Amino acid sequence: MIRVENVSKKYGPLLAVDNISFHVERGGVVGFLGPNGAGKSTTMKILTCFQPATSGSASVAGFDVFKQSLEARRRTGYLPENTPLYPEMRGDEFLHFRGKLRGMQRPQRLEAIKRVTDRCWLGDFISRPIGHLSKGMRQRVGLADAMLHDPDVLVLDEPTIGLDPNQIRETRSLIKELGERHTVLLSSHILHEVEQTCDRTIIIAAGKIIASGSTDELQKQFSAHARVIAEIKGPADEMAAGVKALPGVQDVEVTASDGWVRLAVSPKPDHDVREDLFKLATSKGWSLREIRLEGATLEDFFVKVTAEQQRSHPL
Amino acid sequence: MGNILTMARRELGAYFLSPIAYVVIAIFLFTSGLVFGIGAFQPGAEASLRTLFDFWIILILALVLPMLTMRLMSEELRSGTIETLMTAPITEIEVVVGKFVGAMAFYGAMLATLLIYPIILSMYGNVDPVMLLCNYIGLLLLGGLYITVGLFFSTCTKHQVVAILLTAGVLAFMTFAFDPLSQLLEGWPRVILQQLSVRTHFHDFVRGLIDLNHLAFFVTMVGLFLFLAVKRLEMRRWQ
Ligand SMILES: Nc1ncnc2c1ncn2[C@@H]1O[C@H](COP(=O)(O)OP(=O)(O)OP(=O)(O)O)[C@@H](O)[C@H]1O
Ligand SMILES: [Mg+2]
Repeated sequence: MIRVENVSKKYGPLLAVDNISFHVERGGVVGFLGPNGAGKSTTMKILTCFQPATSGSASVAGFDVFKQSLEARRRTGYLPENTPLYPEMRGDEFLHFRGKLRGMQRPQRLEAIKRVTDRCWLGDFISRPIGHLSKGMRQRVGLADAMLHDPDVLVLDEPTIGLDPNQIRETRSLIKELGERHTVLLSSHILHEVEQTCDRTIIIAAGKIIASGSTDELQKQFSAHARVIAEIKGPADEMAAGVKALPGVQDVEVTASDGWVRLAVSPKPDHDVREDLFKLATSKGWSLREIRLEGATLEDFFVKVTAEQQRSHPL
Repeated sequence: MGNILTMARRELGAYFLSPIAYVVIAIFLFTSGLVFGIGAFQPGAEASLRTLFDFWIILILALVLPMLTMRLMSEELRSGTIETLMTAPITEIEVVVGKFVGAMAFYGAMLATLLIYPIILSMYGNVDPVMLLCNYIGLLLLGGLYITVGLFFSTCTKHQVVAILLTAGVLAFMTFAFDPLSQLLEGWPRVILQQLSVRTHFHDFVRGLIDLNHLAFFVTMVGLFLFLAVKRLEMRRWQ
């Protein structure tokens, strides 16, 4: 449904998107996760034909976003960041206008407006001027607009930002539902949100894709980077040799201070060395003060990536 | 075609929902009424709209129409609705022409209010309908040119104040400055400036004449500025 091949986007000297490629098959929700300035919105603007890429190509529903832009746009629904709307119009007026642009006839429009009004819980708010609506309600009007023509692909740029917790929950469940019939690409800063709503996650930072896969796959990928930290009292050299000899251990880093030895153990993939470590210590009669897994969660990884981007790309 | 009408209807609707439209109509009615009243009811004056149409209406339109056009694109650029608009299946040409048609429709309604003056005049004397028709054709062309210039500058900036200042400045220059300036020059530069003077081209319509040369001037200029607005909007993608 969505194909992105070697897409880069430059704003003057700034490389906002750096040679990214990914494919999304029909159906399901794909999360675009990254810190501020990572290039999420830029990629989405390219996919929705708002801006052309500097190089590379992309297609939506089989249509090239540059060469067959109108066809691609017909099959895409887009909710831009900050949900820009015409404040002077009423919600239903706005949706009629958008429906007409989509080439829908009046009966078709009336039916579609009823459908999206119900699905986005807009109720009577739909007949009020958009400028009088709360942020959450405006967000829903934007979402209703994106869904109006029942598009193959929905691109939602931070759809839950600025909503209260209840509305966030409702919006997330709506997006999950939408994923059953449409292909949804949504962006977010919030790992937790992406884990909850998305079948697949693409992590992007400083314009590059750093990782992608289902939450489980990502979890596995990152637990490979996890280390076991232990603090044990005993002779440092003997301890280092003993730990290195354990079957699941790849590498170990040893630092000694005031009698305690701190071990940072990198395990081989799919090995948990904590039990072996414990057995080793008890068999030698060393006391064990601490033993824990470090950097095993996606969260840890995401925080690390975000911090790295901030260091190399101060905004 | 459908998209143009959809766009035009939205613009027209937006005018009636915004306070600016009412301010524009109020200023227009007030100033044209003032000029008409002073001009037509002087003792010995013939029953005509000459005073109003010869000079004052041009000035009024050059000041009032930029208020109407400044928001056309600038507002979309500022609020970000350009993003939802241009990701719908609509081309830049349809957007620009649609907005032009919407503004022209509003302007048409403004002009219709001027009909009150010939009606008043017809109570006192004869009003030449052919003359009136020529006047109206001239006013539509003049306003059309002003609106496209305004629309073009509105695609150039997201700041409405910048758009209105640029538009009013350029309109004032094109209308009133070219003719006097041409007097200072010799040879072909003089001819070119004379040919570009909006007021000169408008003048014959006021006298009840329709000259192909003048007609062609307005149509070409409207086409040119519409073209520039489309190009400017297309350029935005590459920034
Ligand atoms: N129109 C523009 N002109 C110049 N630079 C831009 C423009 N739009 C974005 N950028 C830059 O491109 C980079 C990527 O921006 P982008 O908006 O894609 O990030 P993002 O991932 O959506 O971030 P956020 O989470 O804050 O929305 C940023 O460094 C930003 O400053
Ligand atoms: Mg963004």
